[in-house]
Amino acid sequence: MSTSTEQLTEQLAATTLLRFATAGSVDDGKSTLVGRLLHDSKSVLADQLEAVEHASRSRGQEAPDLALLTDGLRAEREQGITIDVAYRYFATPRRRFILADTPGHVQYTRNMVTGASTAELAVVLVDARNGVVEQTRRHAAVAALLRVPHVVLAVNKMDLVEYAEPVFAAIAEEFTTYASELGVPEITAIPISALAGDNVVEPSANMDWYGGPTVLEHLETVPVSHDLTSCHARFPVQYVIRPQTAEHPDYRGYAGQIAAGAFRVGEEITVLPSGKTSTITGIDALGESVDIAWAPQSVTIRLADDIDISRGDLLAPSGDAPATTQDIEATVCHVADQALAVGQRVLLKHTTRTVKAIVKEIPSRLTLDDLSQHPNPGQLVANDIGRVVVRTAEPLALDAYADSRRTGSFLLIDPADGTTLAAGMAGESFATTKTVTVVEDEEGWDF
Amino acid sequence: MTTVAHLHDATDSPFALSHLDSLESEAVHIFREVAGEFERPVILFSGGKDSIVMLHLALKAFAPAPVPFTLLHVDTGHNFPEVLEYRDRVVARHGLRLHVASVQDYIDAGKLRERPDGTRNPLQTVPLTEAIQQHRFDAVFGGGRRDEEKARAKERVFSLRDEFSQWDPRRQRPELWQLYNGRHAPGEHVRVFPLSNWTELDVWQYIQREKIELPDIYFAHEREVFARSGMWLTAGEWGGPKESETVETRLIRYRTVGDMSCTGAVDSDATTLDAVIAEIAASRLTERGATRADDKMSEAAMEDRKREGYF
Repeated sequence: MSTSTEQLTEQLAATTLLRFATAGSVDDGKSTLVGRLLHDSKSVLADQLEAVEHASRSRGQEAPDLALLTDGLRAEREQGITIDVAYRYFATPRRRFILADTPGHVQYTRNMVTGASTAELAVVLVDARNGVVEQTRRHAAVAALLRVPHVVLAVNKMDLVEYAEPVFAAIAEEFTTYASELGVPEITAIPISALAGDNVVEPSANMDWYGGPTVLEHLETVPVSHDLTSCHARFPVQYVIRPQTAEHPDYRGYAGQIAAGAFRVGEEITVLPSGKTSTITGIDALGESVDIAWAPQSVTIRLADDIDISRGDLLAPSGDAPATTQDIEATVCHVADQALAVGQRVLLKHTTRTVKAIVKEIPSRLTLDDLSQHPNPGQLVANDIGRVVVRTAEPLALDAYADSRRTGSFLLIDPADGTTLAAGMAGESFATTKTVTVVEDEEGWDF
Repeated sequence: MTTVAHLHDATDSPFALSHLDSLESEAVHIFREVAGEFERPVILFSGGKDSIVMLHLALKAFAPAPVPFTLLHVDTGHNFPEVLEYRDRVVARHGLRLHVASVQDYIDAGKLRERPDGTRNPLQTVPLTEAIQQHRFDAVFGGGRRDEEKARAKERVFSLRDEFSQWDPRRQRPELWQLYNGRHAPGEHVRVFPLSNWTELDVWQYIQREKIELPDIYFAHEREVFARSGMWLTAGEWGGPKESETVETRLIRYRTVGDMSCTGAVDSDATTLDAVIAEIAASRLTERGATRADDKMSEAAMEDRKREGYF
């Protein structure tokens, strides 16, 4: 075995993972950007490219249509549209990437919310000729609503505006102002031409005035984690491990994935919703005993006391335990074809706990294009975003989504057929209140 | 080859997990969700590398307790003997319970008919579906990965199937955050894919890191093979070669392991995990493109098989 082989495998093993989402339509050049990232990082392999070239030719297209790489379903290829989120995987020597490529047309909100829910970074594309349009504001709003930590504004087609700095600067400023007001914590604007390759992987030779990173450099270096010891620590119990074998007669461990923050051996914890307390005596991190573990590690926690804990309970540091509640105010994105109405009985799934719940109120529906609020819509239909008030049958240890994406989020499920109705985020919609209330004309009223 | 000394980037905090730790944690979370919410889960175990990694993750997820699932193997009757031997050894070592659904039994009983091309992969769907119904399995773990194939790229981690095991890609539940919705009606089941976000390279790196034993055929060895549809198929009792096909001895290894009738070998001198990983990192073909005859049939071959209830 050669030294270079050993070095290669070592190098490949030492990378971190970034999950990110792209938003935009074909018109903005999103497929071209995604295609270039995949192609230039050598993630499109010869047989895939050959299949795409063959399919493109049989459709009468001259150039290979890179959208066919991700449009995996027959219906998508037949109609030439992307129906569903496609996940793509690529790697550079510095990092590995999971890309949720969300379609711009069909089921737009549902798909972008889905893609953004697990993303640490969102790429929003605009056409330099058109600047910030309604769709751009919608993308920014979804990223802000889902609390995606990093947003990249890729100002595309710079080649069509003579690579002019003032054009880029004006768009970047308008977008940054808008997204900042919505509470997006970090915005990076990059002037690119996906078609010509400017600032995607290689720095542009046409924009000397730009001194920032290329899209790929930014993806490779954006922090994927921060100081977790300063966050609220949260551990939803998934499963109780009790071997009851001759070798481990008394082992009792609480298995789960740390949802936020860090836990240490010796720490006093409170079990919610019961309120019982104990001390961590051991943390088993998949075969290794450790003193500290953090999100998103899957571990098994052992406690000093034999107390009643089961799936659905939450462990939190005793000094920093969330309040429990049966009344939840939240923003929901409705993702099902069937409507969600006031008075409807649903199941609410929060971390590892599923409880009965009833929709008490739908105070407003939000239009993402202009952030206007429409009071008392009575129901939400597919791709609506609205405020809801929900009463649960049992108390939940729920955080504000702004504080903890993992323990502030929930699903509403139809108990009759199991359909996922809505995705919920507890607390305020945005970090700042930029919404305006619009009173809609109601039938029977003449002004 | 450029050799870059590589540590964690300075931009990553000490809390950043390596990509293998992230993927491992996600998969373990999925196994535990299923253990917590389903009555009768089963792991589809073929003795191929992906199912071997699945079993390894399941063992870690519940240690020091035993894995709370049984295993199911759909035996095409044309499996590699080395792989069956490996399967039985692993089952015995970990004290697991294995169910076998046999395609050969279905053919012998006249319930399935051999295809003209001799390929048995598509014949697995009926025995698989009937085994799921017979044992009333409600969660079925598969080793499918989204990077394998474009229809699989659209698959959910929790994929609802009706009583005929059918997959309807347009009626999938959106999957948000790490909240998996496993609600299903009696007779329905959920296919669960813990390796959804893993790539072929991730699987190999994980095998290396965890020192997981594999069947020998994944490493370079001399074998009697013959060429068909641009692939090296192994000569043997399953039906190959035809008279027009010439058998030769070559140094090969398998990148995927399936039915002998449609799993091709690749020319390789990679006898160690390091060499295999270097080979894959440099490969210009996907593993399915290089080794699976059944996926070359049409643009939507995998989608069609999946709709009917395939893995």
